[in-house]
Amino acid sequence: MRIMAQVCMVMNLDKCIGCHTCTVTCKQTWTNRPGTEYVYFNNVETKPGLGYPARYEDQEQWKGGWTLDKKGRLKLKAGSRLKKLATIFYNPDLPTIEDYHEPYSYDYAHLITAPAGTKAPSVSTRSALTGREMNPTWGANWEDDLAGAPARALRDPNIVALPEDAAERVRLDFESVFMFYLPRICEHCLNPSCVASCPSGAMYKREEDGIVLVDQDRCRGWRFCVSGCPYKKVYFNHRTGKAEKCTFCFPRIEAGLPTICSETCVGRLRYLGLVLYDADKVLAAAATTDEADLYEAQLDVFLDPDDPAVAAEAERQGIPHDWLAAARRSPTYSLIARHKVALPLHPEYRTMPMVWYIPPLSPVADVTAAAGYDDADADSVFAAIDALRIPIEYLANLFTAGDVGPVRMALRRLAMVRAVMRAHQLGNHPAVDPAEVGLTDDDAEDLFRLLAIARYEDRYVVPPAHAEDAGRLLAQHDLSGCSLDSDGGPGMGGEGPGAADVAGFHLRHDGSSDASVAGRDGHGRLHLRVAEHPSPGPLGPAGAGGTR
Amino acid sequence: MSGITGFQLWWWVILPYLALATFVIGHIWRYRYDQFGWTSRSTELQEKKLLKWGSPIFHYGTFAAISGHIIGILIPERWTHDIGIPETAYRWFSAGAGTLAAVLIIVGVAILAGRRLFVARVRATTSPVDWVALILLAIVIVMGIAETIGVGLLGHGYNYRQSVALWFRGLFAGNPDVRAIAHAPFLYQLHATAAWAVIAVWPFSRLVHAWSAPVWYLWRPFVVYRSRRATRPNEPGTSGRRWRRIGVHY
Repeated sequence: MRIMAQVCMVMNLDKCIGCHTCTVTCKQTWTNRPGTEYVYFNNVETKPGLGYPARYEDQEQWKGGWTLDKKGRLKLKAGSRLKKLATIFYNPDLPTIEDYHEPYSYDYAHLITAPAGTKAPSVSTRSALTGREMNPTWGANWEDDLAGAPARALRDPNIVALPEDAAERVRLDFESVFMFYLPRICEHCLNPSCVASCPSGAMYKREEDGIVLVDQDRCRGWRFCVSGCPYKKVYFNHRTGKAEKCTFCFPRIEAGLPTICSETCVGRLRYLGLVLYDADKVLAAAATTDEADLYEAQLDVFLDPDDPAVAAEAERQGIPHDWLAAARRSPTYSLIARHKVALPLHPEYRTMPMVWYIPPLSPVADVTAAAGYDDADADSVFAAIDALRIPIEYLANLFTAGDVGPVRMALRRLAMVRAVMRAHQLGNHPAVDPAEVGLTDDDAEDLFRLLAIARYEDRYVVPPAHAEDAGRLLAQHDLSGCSLDSDGGPGMGGEGPGAADVAGFHLRHDGSSDASVAGRDGHGRLHLRVAEHPSPGPLGPAGAGGTR
Repeated sequence: MSGITGFQLWWWVILPYLALATFVIGHIWRYRYDQFGWTSRSTELQEKKLLKWGSPIFHYGTFAAISGHIIGILIPERWTHDIGIPETAYRWFSAGAGTLAAVLIIVGVAILAGRRLFVARVRATTSPVDWVALILLAIVIVMGIAETIGVGLLGHGYNYRQSVALWFRGLFAGNPDVRAIAHAPFLYQLHATAAWAVIAVWPFSRLVHAWSAPVWYLWRPFVVYRSRRATRPNEPGTSGRRWRRIGVHY
């Protein structure tokens, strides 16, 4: 048993209102640079819809992720290593900019420089690739709220995979069927096919927290990570010629803070926490024969932090004590493994994704309410869950490789929590028993606390990276600070995720600088003591006499 | 070295050595200080249909041409003679295989050059040093094709192994035969000169990606893990090329 810790995210789709605040703050933080105009580390898709880039979920087209060979062993869907090297001059599976969108801006200067005249000047669209005028025809958010869906969204691979009669009904009655939002970031998979596809070895998974990153100095721009990722969450910076991807906001995570997309989520639907897993079991789980069993196989890889044997072994293998404590409090572990209401996105890609989703109950609840029933009445919602084929099968195509069982169970549990908690609040005796869906009263309370109350401290349980390692942890990725922090980097004009920021995080976090951090990196490079707030010495603040 | 003019000494000895020095020192410098700029700078994202044919044909043609140069220039004529390959047999092999490589390169370069010149998205990604490198490369290629097809296949042939090759190998042995190259046909002189220019520009252009051929990928474990370990910071002021400011051209 090789125990590893993974920072993992769960998103509660019931709460997503599709406001794109996560996308905006992510973009402002990481990809507001030339070359990354079309890059969205975080984006929000309306489902059903083609997604971004268009139809990325169709792996018969894009060949992302893993598959099994004839002997049942894992292999990259795009082909062998030898094939990759042979096709290195032209990657047959790479999306082009049209599948994303040609980046553009507007010639705003025209508003000022236009000659005086009778007509009000107007701006025109200019391609960021060529500077020429262009006409946008597709984009990251083109199908927002089912815009243009009747013409386009039926090509959604999850609809294509529905049985013919169900697909036909979606076709006939599109808008009234269902709709929900799917926010997506990098999955930071346990078995990342992007890392496996990178010929240069520039992509790596961090041993400490499982975050998957691209070493900008070792990337040589061979682009196989872009096509190798089935979620298409590695992007090619067309200016630098290097791959870039969601960083899980590692500078914030290291400081014990949630990612920027989580922090700014107005729906408070994101959860962050540790999951312990047995790294020795990952490959066997990913090679599970039946795709529909992959969800259960992944659950089996996770380890229960409350199990004393696991805790003892984890401690022996060097997982810090406070990380173990955080793993026990982890909301993501609770939602995924204890209550089993969260499901992985497309487990059939066999990458063991680590951003999971609580399926939306709202399509079901809406139908129940429309039929005149109380949507908090578990019985009628249960009936609807069983009767509503299309949304359930669609969700199963997204989350469980087509197996409707786990989706139904997750939705039933969500409905049960509503019914039980409403009864409690009104002082009634609940008409349904949580045991019907395998929950105890305590489970229902816990789910209510996590999903409905959703306090900040409960949603984000992120243990800071070990302060004594902070300098080295940054240095691991870094190339003198961080390759992202200068000359047009996300830290443009600022320090980037450098020393001052980490110290600043700690200051904001617990109100004082972390004295144990100062001067521990051994190179004198990161001085985490905050100069502008000198900590008081044993005799009080040094300048105290002068200021009084 | 009697009978050599100062110009010949300069052109056929000093300039090649300068180019070679630039090549070596330039690579060391670039590798140490510009890891971030070290990339194949692919434009497949911008244009894929032409690249699909142009790039593989060109690259594989180039491999064939490089192999041909190793056989023709680096391996002394005496060796092939000793193992019983007569000059005529060598010449026809050289002309035949060389022509095959030349045809591949012609087709590949035509597609790639057309793409770079006329596809606006691709053209916009070309930096000045890349233009220099690509134009020099074009000269080398056109001259090389003229030699292989024009002289070797269709013409009367020219035994470059007794002239150009002697001079070239001599450069590395420390006694270049200047007269051999100085009396070679102009075509060969131009080809060699442009090649030295390419060598000199190489470390500063996208051509560096050639040294990054990721062969060890074949033996590497699939998933790479990295853990905390101390690394030295870069020397001050040598952090290399970074992301460009908004509005700055390539």
